Amino acid sequence: MTEPLIFEHSRPGRTAAAQFPAGDIDAAVPAELARTSGLGLPEVSELQAVRHFTRLSQRNFSIDTHFYPLGSCTMKYNPRACNRLAMLPEFLSRHPLAPVSASQGFLACMFDLQEILKEVTGMKGVSLTPMAGAQGEFAGVAMIRAYHEARGDTERTEILVPDAAHGTNPATATMCGYVAREIPTDANGDVDVEALKAALGPKTAGIMLTNPSTLGVFERKISEISKLVHQAGGLLYYDGANLNAILGKVRPGDMGFDVIHMNLHKTFSTPHGGGGPGSGAVGVSERLLPFMPIPVVGKAADDSYRWLDEDDLPQSIGRLSGFMGNAGVLLRAYVYARMLGRDGMHRVAEFAALNANYLMARLREAGFDPAFPDRRASHEFIITLKRQNKSVGVTATDVAKRLLDHGFHAPTVYFPLLVPECLLIEPTETESKEALDGFIDAMIAIAEEAEADIEQLRGAPYTMPVRRLDDVRAARQLDVRYQPEAAA
Amino acid sequence: MPFIPHTESDVEQMLGAIDAPSIEALFDEIPAELRCGRLDRVPEGMTEMEITRLMHERADADGRPLNFIGAGAYEHHVPAAVWEIVSRGEFYSAYTPYQAEASQGTLQVIYEFQTMMCGLTGLDVSNASLYDGATALAEALLMAVRANRKSKSRRILMPRSVAPVYRQVVETICSTQGLQLVELAYDPATGTTPEAALAEHAGGDITAVVIPHPNFFGCFEAVDQLTDWAHANGALAVALVNPVALALTRAPGEWGAQGVDICCGEGQPLGSPLSSGGPYFGFMTCKQALVRQLPGRIVGRTLDLDGKPGFALTLQAREQHIRRGKATSNICTNQGLLVTAATIHMSILGPAGLQQVARASMANTRKLVDALVELPGVEPVFSGTRFHEAVLRFDQPVRPLIDALGGRGIVGGYALEPVYPELKHCLLVCATETKTDADIDTYVQTLAALMRPASAA
Repeated sequence: MTEPLIFEHSRPGRTAAAQFPAGDIDAAVPAELARTSGLGLPEVSELQAVRHFTRLSQRNFSIDTHFYPLGSCTMKYNPRACNRLAMLPEFLSRHPLAPVSASQGFLACMFDLQEILKEVTGMKGVSLTPMAGAQGEFAGVAMIRAYHEARGDTERTEILVPDAAHGTNPATATMCGYVAREIPTDANGDVDVEALKAALGPKTAGIMLTNPSTLGVFERKISEISKLVHQAGGLLYYDGANLNAILGKVRPGDMGFDVIHMNLHKTFSTPHGGGGPGSGAVGVSERLLPFMPIPVVGKAADDSYRWLDEDDLPQSIGRLSGFMGNAGVLLRAYVYARMLGRDGMHRVAEFAALNANYLMARLREAGFDPAFPDRRASHEFIITLKRQNKSVGVTATDVAKRLLDHGFHAPTVYFPLLVPECLLIEPTETESKEALDGFIDAMIAIAEEAEADIEQLRGAPYTMPVRRLDDVRAARQLDVRYQPEAAA
Repeated sequence: MPFIPHTESDVEQMLGAIDAPSIEALFDEIPAELRCGRLDRVPEGMTEMEITRLMHERADADGRPLNFIGAGAYEHHVPAAVWEIVSRGEFYSAYTPYQAEASQGTLQVIYEFQTMMCGLTGLDVSNASLYDGATALAEALLMAVRANRKSKSRRILMPRSVAPVYRQVVETICSTQGLQLVELAYDPATGTTPEAALAEHAGGDITAVVIPHPNFFGCFEAVDQLTDWAHANGALAVALVNPVALALTRAPGEWGAQGVDICCGEGQPLGSPLSSGGPYFGFMTCKQALVRQLPGRIVGRTLDLDGKPGFALTLQAREQHIRRGKATSNICTNQGLLVTAATIHMSILGPAGLQQVARASMANTRKLVDALVELPGVEPVFSGTRFHEAVLRFDQPVRPLIDALGGRGIVGGYALEPVYPELKHCLLVCATETKTDADIDTYVQTLAALMRPASAA
């Protein structure tokens, strides 16, 4: 069953008049500026809109409805209290430029959050302003650049990036005016230290690392890497995508990182919202404190809070958003952090690791191949279908699509790029053993189906609102907006 | 309180399956000397009841002042249905629609959003959103550099009438890529960018011209002339618009002889609450010919195996997870939830509603200005046609007035002098459709009472 487009529900002259200002209003723009074409918006009743968008919501998988083991995305439960409390009317109606005197409640939350994030990451300063992980990355690499430039060290042109890294890492290095240089990974999933040594030199501005890496394993040689990079005059950037794996166990600051970003929408459970808003707070070591993006919340001697801006941080890399980033998301993260508290933080990584290692052990027992069988899983792990692909022709996409029919969101597929036919599976700490067991049963059933009837499997999914979609057609016959005349 | 469902018996069975003696053993690959201690500076956990009380106390401390400020974030009525639906778990707790078949809801919403933004701006293609208006402008300029292959200079003409913070953000994001921002002065009488400011750049290599609509002072620029000038000089025209203003004004795709090439802006006035500055969303639309340079996610309609229509992310070859170091941007997420809100908001308001909101905001700001300039020591500054903001000059410093108004539950406006030193004692004010005549009267009376001592002095 399809749900028509909202435009197909539209009829000329229909309005939801209770929602807009009443009466004849005397206001018009001069004729030379006046609108000459329609607005292209639908004309529907409030009920029609409510019903349409409610129906659309029912065509989504989500954490609230399905197990969602999307690797590297930390799809854990988003406590409802976080949403409710961030949406108190006073917070919603607070203008970003309201006087500080009328903002002490909000600023207190932001200051507390900065302090909590400093403590759990072992960094010396935190700026909450980046609006997503990728913007946090940008801020981090821009700070590395600012640091070298402030020292007159202008010959450093390269950022080292492991080949397993998220695509945002090399893209960020490029955006910051650096050349991204790839470092290979060894057979056990660690950075190839000999290759690293060969790459390090006077051109090295820094290295971007995720730890645990995107391969789902802890980088055991991190102290050695840190020493080598620092000796070469470079700085270490920590991509916080996998912070959930180590929360309360080991801190990036203690591993020697100079700058980190955190994905608060992962580790601190703010909503993913169908692809954003994210929130990419950054943390820095002592030497990068002067370069933090502004604004930052400071506390005065009299315990009042205020914004720190250009005057306080004249060497800042500058502003990254129109105001102070995704404030409402930060409030949600704050509520979550306060509910977890000190002991809760430790338990996050513990149970995320327990769930991941349990799933890996059970899937291995069921005949699936972990990409790194001799390693502990972190909070996630990789299954490779290379062997099954060779024997019966099954692909990671086939398994992913069939899982949807079994009522499970698919893991991340084909990432990291260096493991063939891979599924990156991250269960998170909030899933029960029963949910994991159900997923294992589905994986076993799919493996059996691959042996018995590969064609059936290749046709999946069968129970979704649509079957497999033609991506090639989507790109070649581009249809990115509704045009009634074209549809007719 | 970490929301962990495991019973002791679960843990025992799971460790048995893993063949590990304890949960602690799962961390045995982390070098012991790196392990951290107790995190003493993190407070003890709280129950929902306790944190609810704390957050109410913090919220109450800030209260709910009467806002007469805009400066990039505008208080509009948002139908209750919008956030009721947005807060549904199926939208709220879903992720990027990588598995299209299980994400048709989010994908169709984005397709409808793209259609609405194309309609409002009069352009062919829209992306699925960017972080906010300021970053959307930065991304638009990086896009202009890629798209305008004839221009080698990376020089951008940036009117001084563009929001100062937007210019700062563009500087932060674009300076590492060699973009050069050249400021265009505004006419101190009209508050808009005169053609004379452009004249010295005629014939030079210019990559793009930014055209704010309305500008930071609330004035409408001569958009047709600016667009035509850009095209006559080999530059791309980049519109920076308030989407609510477009309900009454000509679409950027129809400015000048050819229309602008790229349009971007802050989407907050379309259903995002003020919320201390975010989350909001940036939007971007462009001409068809530039689609492959457009940053961010794009949703397309296609067919499934059975020939049935469905929606999927498309043109992903532009993006970082495929192109890595050669991507058009490092952007990964969009602002999906805010786009969902905007799509529902625009659907409920419809064209008539959005026009009425725009008209009421214009009318209220005019009422506010008319009342304020009656006060001794207050005068209007610019003669240009206004949308829903205005600049007023006082006979005394405005910072103390803003602070005093704050103490009386009124956010009185934005002090311009720190960012425009030439606008001494100037205040930027705004009254959207949410303000009643009584609200305006309260503001004017309160301000009058606060000004008297200063005027007498």
